[in-house]
Amino acid sequence: MAGESINGILGTPARLKAVREGWVRDLLKVNAQTRGRITPEELTAQTSEFLDLLGAALQSGTVDVEQAAFAPVRAFLEGISRSRALQGFTASETATFVFSLKQPLFAELKATAGKDADALASDVWTTTLLVDALGLHTVRTFQQTREEVIRRQQEELLELSTPVVKLWEGVLALPMVGTLDSARTQVVMESLLNKIVETGSEVAILDITGVPTVDTLVAQHLLKTVTALRLMGAECIISGVRPQIAQTIVHLGVDLQGVTTKATLADALALALKRTGFTVSR
Amino acid sequence: MSQKIPIIRMGRYLLVSIQVDMHDQLALQLQDDLTASIQKHGAQGVLIDISALDMVDSFIGRMISDISGMARILGARSVLVGMQPAVAITLVELGLSLPGVATALTVERGMALLERSDAPHE
Repeated sequence: MAGESINGILGTPARLKAVREGWVRDLLKVNAQTRGRITPEELTAQTSEFLDLLGAALQSGTVDVEQAAFAPVRAFLEGISRSRALQGFTASETATFVFSLKQPLFAELKATAGKDADALASDVWTTTLLVDALGLHTVRTFQQTREEVIRRQQEELLELSTPVVKLWEGVLALPMVGTLDSARTQVVMESLLNKIVETGSEVAILDITGVPTVDTLVAQHLLKTVTALRLMGAECIISGVRPQIAQTIVHLGVDLQGVTTKATLADALALALKRTGFTVSR
Repeated sequence: MSQKIPIIRMGRYLLVSIQVDMHDQLALQLQDDLTASIQKHGAQGVLIDISALDMVDSFIGRMISDISGMARILGARSVLVGMQPAVAITLVELGLSLPGVATALTVERGMALLERSDAPHE
């Protein structure tokens, strides 16, 4: 029966111990190269927990990793690869945790089979399949975790790149930096509109000094934001229009009628203060 | 269903506060009632408070724009106040930018806007 030999090894305390010690030894060798981010004690604990779980799973008589019996093993591996992904391990370093189990297991299988080459070959094949499946599962989880990290960072970047600042009583400013795409405009619009409600500001200044190029799409996004602001009863001034951009907008034939634009943020603030009824004197 | 949106008279102005979920029948009813009230009271201005409205569709958007147009023809200025961010975004995405409709953040500011625009006539 498939997996019987491994089952036998993991079920015998003395041999289990031999496998574990061999495995830990291999792992420590690898660990030395990875600048010892995991202590030997941790590794020993992890290996014995994994071997216990694996032994329990194999009691079910199946070697199919996708079966329910392997759920605890899978969960354990997911935990390991997740924590390693967050600690900054590479994919191969993480996968090695599982794959390095092969050598000690094979050594024990060899001792069991003795001179029976056929039995040894079939045992080795079963074990290889099992360990590979577990290794793949580990790598898959590792990758998922990394992707989650990347996604989270992207979201944070998006949030960071659109700060709404209060310039004066009733005057908000939103300095935009970087290329404007649909997703960003949406975030910009939402955060600005919410802030308008929160602070009851009447004027918002969209500063596009940090926007490298304005094409028709970007202009359309800007117009949408201006319209949404107007619908809510606030006024919008676009500032930081560079000479180049002014030329582009006219050449593109974008209609910015009804939108107040200013060359610099200072001009926009002066206008905003005038509109809100403040006077600045020296 | 005999639900109705109340139209409150405040001096020369009318205040309409939409506090319930708008459905099409209610919107049409409001158009009838409001135009009738403007004529009856000779209102100078209409404040439409939609701060409690958190969802709109194209029909309601059109209706809001229509009401302003009707009020204008009847000689009353209308101001739309308190639109929620989500509603504003929806309307913009629907392509309804409501040109010619005055807007304000709060009822108080909307009232000030009406009074300001009325002042030169006095």
